[in-house]
Amino acid sequence: MSDKKAFFRLGFKQIRVFAGVAAAVIFGVGTAFAGTPRPGGTLSAILNPEPVTLTPVVNMAQPTQVVAGNVFDGLVYYDRDLTPKPALAESWEVSPDGLRIVFRLRKGVKWHDGKPFTAADVKWSLENLWKTIHPRNKPLFESVESVETPDEHTVILSLSKPSLPILSVINGVGSVILPKHLYDGTDLLNNPYNNQPVGTGPFVFKEWKRGEYVLLEKNPDYWDKGKPYLDRIVFRVIPDASARAAALEKGEVQYAPYNPVPFRDVDRLTRLPHLKVETRGYEWLSPLLYMDFNLANPYLKDVRVRRAIAHAVDLAALAKIVWFGYALPAISPVPSTLPTFFNPDVPRYAYDLKKAEALLDEAGFKRGADGTRFTITHDFLPYGDDYLHTGEFLKQALKRVGIEVTIRTQDSAAFIKRVYADADFDTNNTYNNAFPDPQIGVVRAYWSGWFKTGTAWTNASGYKNAEVDSLIESTGVEGNPEKRIANLKRFQEIILRDLPSLPLLELHFFTIHSANLQDVVVQGDQVYSSLKHLWFSEDPAQK
Amino acid sequence: MWRFLWRSCAQIAFVALGITLINFFLLRLAPGDAAQALAGQSGAATPEYMAALRRQLGLDQALYVQFFLYAKKLLTFDLGFSFHFGLPVAELIWQRLPATLLLMGSAIAFALFLGCLLGFFAALCSGKIVDVLFSVFTLLIYATPAFWVGMMLILVFSVRLDLLPIGGMITVEKNLIGFAYIKDVLAHLVLPAVTLGLYYFAVYTRLTRAEMLALSGREFVRTARAKGVRAWRIAWRHIFRNALLPVVTTLGVQLGSILGGAVLVETVFSWPGMGRMAMSSLLQRDTNLLLGILFCSSLMVVFINIVVDLVYMRLDPRIRPE
Repeated sequence: MSDKKAFFRLGFKQIRVFAGVAAAVIFGVGTAFAGTPRPGGTLSAILNPEPVTLTPVVNMAQPTQVVAGNVFDGLVYYDRDLTPKPALAESWEVSPDGLRIVFRLRKGVKWHDGKPFTAADVKWSLENLWKTIHPRNKPLFESVESVETPDEHTVILSLSKPSLPILSVINGVGSVILPKHLYDGTDLLNNPYNNQPVGTGPFVFKEWKRGEYVLLEKNPDYWDKGKPYLDRIVFRVIPDASARAAALEKGEVQYAPYNPVPFRDVDRLTRLPHLKVETRGYEWLSPLLYMDFNLANPYLKDVRVRRAIAHAVDLAALAKIVWFGYALPAISPVPSTLPTFFNPDVPRYAYDLKKAEALLDEAGFKRGADGTRFTITHDFLPYGDDYLHTGEFLKQALKRVGIEVTIRTQDSAAFIKRVYADADFDTNNTYNNAFPDPQIGVVRAYWSGWFKTGTAWTNASGYKNAEVDSLIESTGVEGNPEKRIANLKRFQEIILRDLPSLPLLELHFFTIHSANLQDVVVQGDQVYSSLKHLWFSEDPAQK
Repeated sequence: MWRFLWRSCAQIAFVALGITLINFFLLRLAPGDAAQALAGQSGAATPEYMAALRRQLGLDQALYVQFFLYAKKLLTFDLGFSFHFGLPVAELIWQRLPATLLLMGSAIAFALFLGCLLGFFAALCSGKIVDVLFSVFTLLIYATPAFWVGMMLILVFSVRLDLLPIGGMITVEKNLIGFAYIKDVLAHLVLPAVTLGLYYFAVYTRLTRAEMLALSGREFVRTARAKGVRAWRIAWRHIFRNALLPVVTTLGVQLGSILGGAVLVETVFSWPGMGRMAMSSLLQRDTNLLLGILFCSSLMVVFINIVVDLVYMRLDPRIRPE
C-alpha cells in the first residue's frame, strides 16, 4: 500500500515537472531543476506548541529545539546513520583509553552579534551548563575533570572516567554552545538572551511575537558559504490541529515537523498533489512508546501477570489501528534504529491470549463470577489523543483476558507528579527518546536511583535489580565500545525477562511539507537541526 | 453620580481582593507544581535542578507566606514574574490585551448591532414567514458550538473560497505597513469575530424580538398610537429603545462568558489573545501569570459593568443613581 502511495506521489511530481517544462517552453521562462538549489524565499513553518524559551539551556522541549537548531550550530551534526559530522568542530579525537577528547574548532566563525566564536565559549558552556544543570547531559559530562584551551581553536577534555555517549549529544541543541561574552556572570536561567538567542547558526533570530510567530532571517556571514538558501523562516504558532491541517492544505505553511496533524488527516493531506509526508529525520531521537508497571501493585508485582499482559497485547494491531502504521512493534527497550546496541535475541512475548490466560490462572488470579480477574488503572501521557487511544486499546486488549482497566485523564504536570514523584499509578503509557546511545535515553527508565525522585521519564515502576544497576553504572564509565555493547545487550535481556516496563512501539514521527520544498531531510537529527539545506524549486504559493 | 462612581470603585477593590484570594488557593489545589510542569517540558530534569527551581520560584515556602508576598506585591500593582515566559506578567498581559479587546469589541459590536437589527425586523414581521425563518436561523446558531462554526468558516472561506486567512493576526511573511497592515489585520479579524459573536448575535436577536413584542401591548405604546404617532416612530423610539434595556443587561452579565468563549475562538484561529495565554498558563502551573490574567479580566468585567450601568442611565432617564 505504501508503495502504491509512493507511486502516485511520483506520478504527481512527474506531472508537475512536465507541466513546469511545458510552461518553460511556452513562456520561455527558466525553471529550476531538481538538484541545483535555488536561493531565496520565505518559509512558513508550524511551531506547536508555542515554545517556552528559544534556547535549550534546561528546557529540552520539542518546539524550543526546532527553533534553536536553526540559530545554534553544534560541535557536530549527525548523519543519516547517526555518525557525527563536522560542524563547529572540524575534527576530534578520542584517546584509546577514552579519558581525553580533543576538539579542533573551525576558524573564522562569528556569533550573530559579530564577536568571534572561540574555544572559550565551548569551555564556558561545558563547565557552566552541560556538566552542571543540563538535565540530559549532566550525567554524561560529570566525569569531565578539566577543560583546557591551549589556543583559541582547540578544546581538550580530560575525563576521570570514560564517557563515550558524549559524542552522541554534541549537536546544536543536544549541547548548546552559548556565547560566553553574553552569559558569563549572569543568571543562566533568567538571562534575557534565552528568549532572543545569539548563536553562530545559519539563521539569525529577529523577533518573537508571543502567541503569533518566531521570525528568523538568513545569516549573511554564515561559515558554510552559500547557505542557507532561504531568506527567512516564519515559525507560526497555530494551536488548533484542524487549523494546522487547513493551513497546510491551503499552502499557508510549507513545513510542519513533529506530527502537526492527527493521523486521520495525514492520508487526506498527502493525497493532495502539493503536500508530502516524511518520516525520516527523526533517527537521532528514536522515540519508543512503552508501558510501565507499578511493581508495588499486588497484581503487577507478579512477573507472570506482567508477562500475561505482554502476551495479551497485539502490538502490530496497536501500530496499525491507533498509530495508523506510523510505528513498528517494539522488541526491546532499545529501538532497532540503534543497530549497534539493539539486541534482537531477547525474550519475546508473542500475541497469545491462551498463554496470557494460563499465566494469569497460574498466578492465582482466576476470573470472578463476572469474568473479571482484577481491576487496574491506566494513566496515559497527556500529549494528545494518540496516547489516550493507546490507553483505550490496552483497556480492550486486557479486558479480553479478564483484566479490567480504568483510564484516568490529567494534564502533564499532574501526570508527572503522579507517576514519577508519588508512584500513585498501576500502569501508564508514555514515550522516551532513546537518542543514539541507550545511555542517554533508555537506561534512565530502569536505574533504581531514579525511583520516586519526581524526575520525569525515569524509573517509574520501582524496579530495582542489582545486576541491572551495576550494568548501567559500569557501562556509563566504560571506555571500550565492545564492552559497552555487550553490557547493554545483557541489560536488554534482563529487562525483557523481568518486564518492569513493556516496550510497545517504535514511533515514527512525521513531517508534512510542500512538494516544492527540496532537501527537507539531509541529516539524522534533521528535525532538531537547521533548515539550511532547504530550498524552493518554485515559489511557494503564498495566498 | 460621583457617589455612584465611588461606590463602584469600592466594589472593584472588594471584588479584586476576593478574586485574588479565591484564585490563589484554588490554583494550588491542582496536582503538580510549576517545577514539575517545567520538568515535563524539558523531557528530563535532575532533582537538584528541581529544588533550585522551586527555591527560585518561591515554591519552597509555606502557602500563606506565598500568599502574603503575592498580595503585598499586588498592592503596588506588581503582578509578578511569569517563569513560563521568563517575562514580567504585566508586560505579557499588556502585549496580549489589545488583541483580546479588539476581538471582544468586534464580536460584541457585531452581535449587538446585527442582533438588535434582526430582532427589530423580526418583531415588525412577527408571525409572518420572514419571522419564522429568522427564528429558525437564530435557533440553529444558538445551538451550534462555536469551535465547530469556526472550523466550518475556515474550511469554507479560507480553504475553499480562499477569501480570508486561516488564522493569526497578521501576515508576517508580507512585511506590511500603514493602511495595508490595517487591512490585513481586519481580514484576519473577520472570521474569529463572527465566530465569537455568533452565539450572542442569536441571543440578542431573540431577546430584542421577544421584548419588542411584549412591549408593543403596553399602555405607553397604546397612548402613542392614540396620539397618532407614526408606526415606524413608535417602533423605533418607543418600543425599540425600551427593548434595549434587557439586551444591555444581558450583555453586562454575559461579558464574563464572552471572555471565556474567547479561549476556544482564539485557539481555533491562532488569535494571540489573553484567553489562550490563560489556558497555557493553567497547564504550565504558571500561577503568577494566571492570577494576573484572572485579576485583569475580572477588573475588565467589573469596569465594563460600570459602563453598562452608565449606558442604562442614558437609555432610561428614570434610572438615576441614588
